[in-house]
Amino acid sequence: MTEQHVANPPAVRLLGTLTLAGAFAGLLLVLVNGWAEPRIMAHRAEVLREAIHEVLGGPDRYETLFLVDGRFMADPPAERDTLRLDRIYAGYDASGRPIGLAISGGEPGFQDVIRLLFGFDPTTGRITGMKVLESKETPGLGDKIEKDSIFVAEFSGPVPPLKGVKSGSGSGDESEVDMITGATISSRTVIAIINHRLEELQPYLPVAGDVP
Amino acid sequence: MRATTPTYDLTRGFWRENPVLVQLLGLCPALAVTNTVANSLAMGLATFFVLVGSSLLVSTLKNLIPHEVRISAYILIIATFVTVADLVLAAVVPDIHKALGAFIALIVVNCMILGRQEAFASKRPVGRALLDAIGTGAGFTVALLMMGGIREILGYGTFLGRPLLGASYEPWIVMILPPGGFFTLGFILLGFGWWESRRQQRSVVRDWPHGVGSTTRRTA
Repeated sequence: MTEQHVANPPAVRLLGTLTLAGAFAGLLLVLVNGWAEPRIMAHRAEVLREAIHEVLGGPDRYETLFLVDGRFMADPPAERDTLRLDRIYAGYDASGRPIGLAISGGEPGFQDVIRLLFGFDPTTGRITGMKVLESKETPGLGDKIEKDSIFVAEFSGPVPPLKGVKSGSGSGDESEVDMITGATISSRTVIAIINHRLEELQPYLPVAGDVP
Repeated sequence: MRATTPTYDLTRGFWRENPVLVQLLGLCPALAVTNTVANSLAMGLATFFVLVGSSLLVSTLKNLIPHEVRISAYILIIATFVTVADLVLAAVVPDIHKALGAFIALIVVNCMILGRQEAFASKRPVGRALLDAIGTGAGFTVALLMMGGIREILGYGTFLGRPLLGASYEPWIVMILPPGGFFTLGFILLGFGWWESRRQQRSVVRDWPHGVGSTTRRTA
C-alpha cells in the first residue's frame, strides 16, 4: 500500500507537467500565428480583390460599404464592429463614376455551403458577373458552377430575379439562366443566393447616381 | 524489447510495416484527400512533419513525462505540431490548405502518430526515434502519393495538374469521388498482398532448396 503511494507521483506533479507543457505549446502557437496571420489575411484580401475585379469587369478602384442601421456607408461609426456588419463593394471607373456593386452571399448547396460574389449594376438593373469563392461541390459535376465557363458567362447581363431554365429550353427572357445538366442543385443554389441577397438588400441599395 | 539496427528502424516503417499498406493505420486521410497528387503530397508532408517533430520531442522528454499523463502529454505535443502545420500551410499554400480542409486538423487523431509515440519514441533514444519517424512518415507519404497518382491520372487525366492522357481521354470521375478512394486502396492492398505472398514463397524456396514444395514449384 505504502509502496503504491511512493510509486505514484503526486497529482501536483501531473498537473504541473501538463500545465507547463500547455504553456509552452501556447507560446509556440502565438509565435507561429504572429508570423502566419498577416500572410493569411493578405491572401484573403487578394482573393477578394480579384473576385471583385472579375464580377465588376475591372473597376479602377473599389470601396467597401457597410450596412449600418439600414444605410450603406463607407465609414461606419467607430463603436460598431465592422467584422459583424453586412457589406457590399462599390466599384468605380477611372473617372470616379460608379460602375456597379459586388455583393457576396452563401447558402447550402449539394455538399456544403457555396459562397460566391456577384456584380450588380443598379443603373441598368443587370447582374454583371458571378464568381464562386468557396464550394465543396462534387468534382466533375457540381463544381462546374465555377469551372464551366459557359455557365459562368450566363451571369453577365441577366436581369434579376433570375430564373433557372433547363439548358436550351429558355424562351429568351432576360431573366433566364441556363442551368448545368448534372448539377441541378448546385446551379439552383447559385441562382437562389443571388436572388435572395438582392431581395434582402434591395431596400438599402444605393440607387443609380446615389453611390457615395 | 528486441534490439534492432538503425537501418532496420529507418526502413521498417517505409516498407515492411508501412502504416497504410501493411498496418492499415491513418486510412481516413489516405481515403479522403488523395484525389490529386498535390493534395496527397501536402497531406503526406504535413503528417511527416508532425510525426518527426512529435517523436523527437516525446523521445527527448520521455523521462520528464509522468507515466500517468503520458497520453495527454503526447496528444498535447501532437496537437501543437498539427496547429503549426495548419497555420504554415494556410500561409504558404492557401489553395491546398483549402482543399485539405478539416483533414489537416484531423492529423491530431491519426492513430499512426500516437501509435509511434506510445510504441517507439517513448521507449527509445532520440536518434532511433528520429529514424523511425522519418521512415514511417516517408512510408505514409509514399502510400498517399501512390493513391493520389492513380486517382488523379484516372480521374482527371492529369498528373500534378499537367495533362497526361490527352483531350480524347474521358476521365473516370468516380476515381476522384470517395468510392474511388476505396477502389484504389483495395487494389493497392491486393497488389501489395500478392507481392508479399510471392516474396514469402520465394524465401521458402531459398531456405529449403531441397524441399519437396520448392522442387515442384521450380519445375512447374
